[in-house]
Amino acid sequence: MVDLLEKHRGIADRFQRMLDMGVNALGVTNDQMISPTRAIVGNREIILAGTNNYMGITFEPSVIAAGQKALAEFGTGTTGSRIANGSFAMHKELEKSLAKFLGLKHCIVFTTGYQANLGMLSGLAGPKDTIYLDADSHSSIYDGCTLSGAKLVRFRHNDAADLDKRMARDDNTEGGKLVVLEGIYSMLGDRAPLADFVALKKKHDFQLLVDDAHSFGVLGPHGRGLGDEAGLEDGVDFVIGTFSKSVGAIGGFGAGNHPLFETLRYAMRPYMFTASSSPASIATSLAALEVLAKEPERRQRLWDNSKRLFDGFRALGLETGTDVVSPVVAVKMPDELTTIAKWNALFEAGVYVNMAVPPGTPNRLCLLRCSVSAAHTPEEIDRIITIFKDVVAA
Amino acid sequence: MTEADIIPTICNLLGPYNPEHKPLNADTDIPAELNIDSVGVLDFIMEVEDHFDIEIPMNVVSETRTVGDLARYVATQKNRV
Ligand SMILES: Cc1ncc(COP(=O)(O)O)c(C=O)c1O
Repeated sequence: MVDLLEKHRGIADRFQRMLDMGVNALGVTNDQMISPTRAIVGNREIILAGTNNYMGITFEPSVIAAGQKALAEFGTGTTGSRIANGSFAMHKELEKSLAKFLGLKHCIVFTTGYQANLGMLSGLAGPKDTIYLDADSHSSIYDGCTLSGAKLVRFRHNDAADLDKRMARDDNTEGGKLVVLEGIYSMLGDRAPLADFVALKKKHDFQLLVDDAHSFGVLGPHGRGLGDEAGLEDGVDFVIGTFSKSVGAIGGFGAGNHPLFETLRYAMRPYMFTASSSPASIATSLAALEVLAKEPERRQRLWDNSKRLFDGFRALGLETGTDVVSPVVAVKMPDELTTIAKWNALFEAGVYVNMAVPPGTPNRLCLLRCSVSAAHTPEEIDRIITIFKDVVAA
Repeated sequence: MTEADIIPTICNLLGPYNPEHKPLNADTDIPAELNIDSVGVLDFIMEVEDHFDIEIPMNVVSETRTVGDLARYVATQKNRV
């Protein structure tokens, strides 16, 4: 008999090597959450610098109250997909509210951002089509691409000239073409040069999708994402996002202006064959969205904190994932063992960051990845910098 | 351009992915024998695409395991009219 799990032996060995160093960076348990930026782990208070809680909105009283109300009035779950069981009024309200926030005509809500990528990519592209995806794309984009059955062509990260070259090589005149970018790339924190990609539309026929998972609520004068920041929203045909980061809840969405957009509901298996988001998730997303729209100062605080952390790390001589200020501040490490050891020392000193290693990172990089929150105080940011100075830069 | 012409070039392009300098030939299983992860294989394929100025869609990559498989695919693409 071939043991099915035997193929994962290598992963088990790699994981064991980390445990042997006395570390389980992938299994931290937050016993108690004190605030968006503090948790109790065991009997210690830890500063959280790896949560993607960009707007620090998870403990917002109005959002919590909305969730509690929905839980009491609509129950714990929807017990089925919207296609089978129908929608709750809140699902539609959230879609309307998001479309308005984004300035787009249509929006479809998914149970997670991962499923939004699976659903949108497989709904938009089929076996006759070609998807061009950035080499540094998130795994959910890769998986959505695979599910679509489309021809998949990968182009060099953030390189519109490389995409141009690859499009010119293509001789598939039959199907459509979809180009997929991310607003802020999750590991290194850099942004897609949107203008370069939109300019290519003059030369090649394609539709453009941006996954704003890390940039929705974060980039642009209205917080709509990369298109908003670049002033190029008209060049972006489809936007994807998640509620798990700046919105502080769980869920995802796809949005656009295409007249056939609503038809996707009947074509996307990851939308049709899974239960819709729970009433509490929908209600908290809706309430959080209101807060984001009403309190643009949160975005300013996020950027102030991001700059403080970025400048602090640079002053220590640490090598960061990108040269521009970003709410994702990743510090490059020489190898996996050093990364594990430094992660552990940071944690012992009281700060939680993400340990990111290949193949989850681009270019085989090992990273100590921080994400900044609007809820971090300047003192907390300074404390993170001091701990990095003692542990990583020393 | 034949498969035999292409194999040495592919072996050269594999250099950076073969730090232990394992011997390479047509039968070398690229991901398994060189222990390259999924993203590494895709990065390597990009180098092959650019060197030969051809397209190797990701869908093809999962079916091309050995140096010989890859050389065969490159040859069919190069020899297309
Ligand atoms: C770029 C990108 N897309 C999609 C997702 C998936 O979002 P979710 O956590 O809501 O499933 C993530 C984050 O995990 C991401 O980083």
